Amino acid sequence: MAKVRIHVTFKDGVLDPQGKTVAAALDKMGYKNVDSVRIGKYIEIETKGAGKMGEKEVDEICDKLLANPNTEKYSFTIE
Amino acid sequence: MVKFGVVVFPGSNCDKDCLWAAGDVMGQKADFIWHESKDINKYDVIILPGGFSYGDYLRSGAIARFSKVMESVQKFAVKKNKLVIGICNGFQILLEAGLLPGAMLHNKNLKFICKYINMRVENNSTPFTGACGKNQVIKIPIAHGEGNYFCDEKTLNSLIENDQVVFRYCDEKGSVTDDANPNGALYNIAGIMNKKGNVMGLMPHPERAMKKELGSTDGNFIFDSIVSHVKKYL
Repeated sequence: MAKVRIHVTFKDGVLDPQGKTVAAALDKMGYKNVDSVRIGKYIEIETKGAGKMGEKEVDEICDKLLANPNTEKYSFTIE
Repeated sequence: MVKFGVVVFPGSNCDKDCLWAAGDVMGQKADFIWHESKDINKYDVIILPGGFSYGDYLRSGAIARFSKVMESVQKFAVKKNKLVIGICNGFQILLEAGLLPGAMLHNKNLKFICKYINMRVENNSTPFTGACGKNQVIKIPIAHGEGNYFCDEKTLNSLIENDQVVFRYCDEKGSVTDDANPNGALYNIAGIMNKKGNVMGLMPHPERAMKKELGSTDGNFIFDSIVSHVKKYL
């Protein structure tokens, strides 16, 4: 079994209202070192049996479904 | 009679309203189309209704756009050049499917907004707005959490140049202002169409503004436009 760990995050410059709200909350809580917060998604894929996934296949999954290329970017590791 | 097909995805919840608007109010033929259907060629217009298809999981519309019926909708729109209108979640599905450019972000204030808005008709020579006046202000409700339209600068410029921006949020008098923008949408965009002008998506719900008792009858402008456009070719 292989495990693929994928992070999907907003592209730079795309407004992230959730991140902004969390940053404001942290500031109110007294964490004055926080400059900005960006919130993304973490996705784990496990492969069947001895099946493995190549980078090309993971790229394809991300491009087709997991990330929206208009607003999001992604990175991943395969174990 | 114009034949409307209203697609039903798991989680659609404005499908009945759309069927009622096209069928009962407009007096046309309207059927539901289950998302696993393939044969949609007998219809003149396909409506992708609002709701929360597949629970809005991952991103609104991201899963629905891979349903079987969407392959047929692609062909219906791209090869047959027939009319497709996506309302709210239907708009999000059209964006995810690449039938319209751009994407939806969460509303700027993170709230689900359900209220009447005003929008200005930017282009009244489309199959969806032929019954509207140029710059007419129409009052229609919105109900969404992710209607903050976004695209890159190049896409926005091409939308503007090609008159693809159909509706923009405005105040009662028709001024497009930041205050009149309910969700932070780029360029106050409420609805856009593709270059060919046969596919349109909009966040506001015309099917909820078809009778005086509902608070507005302005949704009729959009349904009237579609019906008269299609009748010209029947």
